[in-house]
Amino acid sequence: MHMELRLSGSGGQGLILAGVIMAEAALIDGKNAVQSQSYGPEARGGASRAEVIISDQEIDFIKVQSADMLLCLTQTAYDRYGKEPAAVLIVDDSIELKYPEPVKVVRVPILETALKQIGRPMVANIVALGVVNATLKLVSRESLAQAVLGRVPKGTEELNSRALDCGYELVG
Amino acid sequence: MRLMMGNEACVEGAIAAGMRFFAGYPITPSTEVAEKASERLPEVGGKFIQMEDEIAGMAACIGGSIAGQKSMTATSGPGFSLKMENIGYAAMAEIPCVIINVMRSGPSTGLPTSPSQADVMQARWGTHGDHPTIALAPSSVREAYDVTIRAFNLAEKYRMPVMVLMDEIIGHLREGVDLPEKPEVEILDRKNPDCDPADFRAYEVPEGDIVPLMPGFGDGYRYNITGLIHDDTGFPTNSNIVAGKLCERLMKKIEDNADDIAQYEITDAENCDVLVLTYGGTARTVTAARKAAPDSGFRMGMFRCVTIWPFPEEALRACVRDNNIKHVIVAELNYGQIALEAERILKNDAKVWHIGKIDGDILYPNEILNKISEVIKHG
Repeated sequence: MHMELRLSGSGGQGLILAGVIMAEAALIDGKNAVQSQSYGPEARGGASRAEVIISDQEIDFIKVQSADMLLCLTQTAYDRYGKEPAAVLIVDDSIELKYPEPVKVVRVPILETALKQIGRPMVANIVALGVVNATLKLVSRESLAQAVLGRVPKGTEELNSRALDCGYELVG
Repeated sequence: MRLMMGNEACVEGAIAAGMRFFAGYPITPSTEVAEKASERLPEVGGKFIQMEDEIAGMAACIGGSIAGQKSMTATSGPGFSLKMENIGYAAMAEIPCVIINVMRSGPSTGLPTSPSQADVMQARWGTHGDHPTIALAPSSVREAYDVTIRAFNLAEKYRMPVMVLMDEIIGHLREGVDLPEKPEVEILDRKNPDCDPADFRAYEVPEGDIVPLMPGFGDGYRYNITGLIHDDTGFPTNSNIVAGKLCERLMKKIEDNADDIAQYEITDAENCDVLVLTYGGTARTVTAARKAAPDSGFRMGMFRCVTIWPFPEEALRACVRDNNIKHVIVAELNYGQIALEAERILKNDAKVWHIGKIDGDILYPNEILNKISEVIKHG
């Protein structure tokens, strides 16, 4: 197993944190994982991208070379990163697709779910993690839940656990 | 096993080595070093100070060491430039300390969030005058921990500033590491004098020692510290004889011990078509290329420097001669800095090529493989 993932969105949406959580969940499962990122000098806004590689083997090269999955939470991120091919594309349903589509596209209301069902737009990254893992089954559901709880601020555990479950439900 | 960033691993290594003082000024992509140090030092009874700028950060780091605490600072290119004057002072006054430089794209403020390895010559020659340099470059998060411990050990042993040349690739990389509860290597500490303070000569090297003994300020040993040429007492002198002896001693303490400081890794050099010389984060690209090379129909060896300065030249020359290697490609994220060094070392033995980048991007394994094909075809 060797999976290369790209998680993109707007700076401040917590995509790097999402990448960190996914990598930690993989470590809990006993796999190897690396996480890296590319971002601009802005603290908020702009396009931000986290990369995660999960593998049974030792991971030498740390960057994604051929993405097995691309997640985009904003139009800007899709416009910028959507051109590069990925086997699976997971996007928020607010995004208009304009590049050639891969075989599998999952287009679900991630941002709206965070806002309407949880009441906090900031948990969109955790909803997205639920969607990603429900689609690709990269790590066990328990490990992902444990990794989420290990990284989110104290007092928001219940909120984030619900956000993760909502993500799974979006894929069904 | 826990997920850790290279910059954080530096701090864990530093604390394991006995660092109890950090002074610095945060700068991307080194900020997490300061951040983590500010969190971890109070837990172990140490002190963290954010200074007004990088120059002051370096000065305070030197002061902390003079006061007897193992001290460190961290920065990136623009801050590294600012620290140079004080790094020279630490070299001249023989003050042990560690400088983490997480290299980013330059020149000047360049691309703050993009990787580079273009400070390797600055590390060697950035501060003026002939002076020794020790610089180490890790290629993984775990190695960032080990190398930082080693940097402190070398700083204490040879009484001088030691640089850890991180790059943004390893600094910001998170990967799983298992750090030992206690360091796996012996932790070295500077030797303190025990003579009568009245007899103490601050810069006299005792028989059998490499460097002078170093008391902490406040231990009762009064001595003068200066960036000027000084005699055994630490006071300035204009004597050409003293100047020549001092400068030569500073150079020789590293030159004579280059084997002790040299650390490198040689992989698949036997019967290889081409040897790729690399270091730091770029070694990850080269390793991936090396494993893929047989599929492209050739065999590629790798010489990875962990010690950049003093450059492990004997080891490189021996590797090339022993394996009858005719082509060496230097892979580094700059315009050919270590390639110059390799050309000098291998001028009678092999043809030296270079592959690099100065656009803020990293090297990719297929680019290394293409370069090797080109070298084999036209070499």
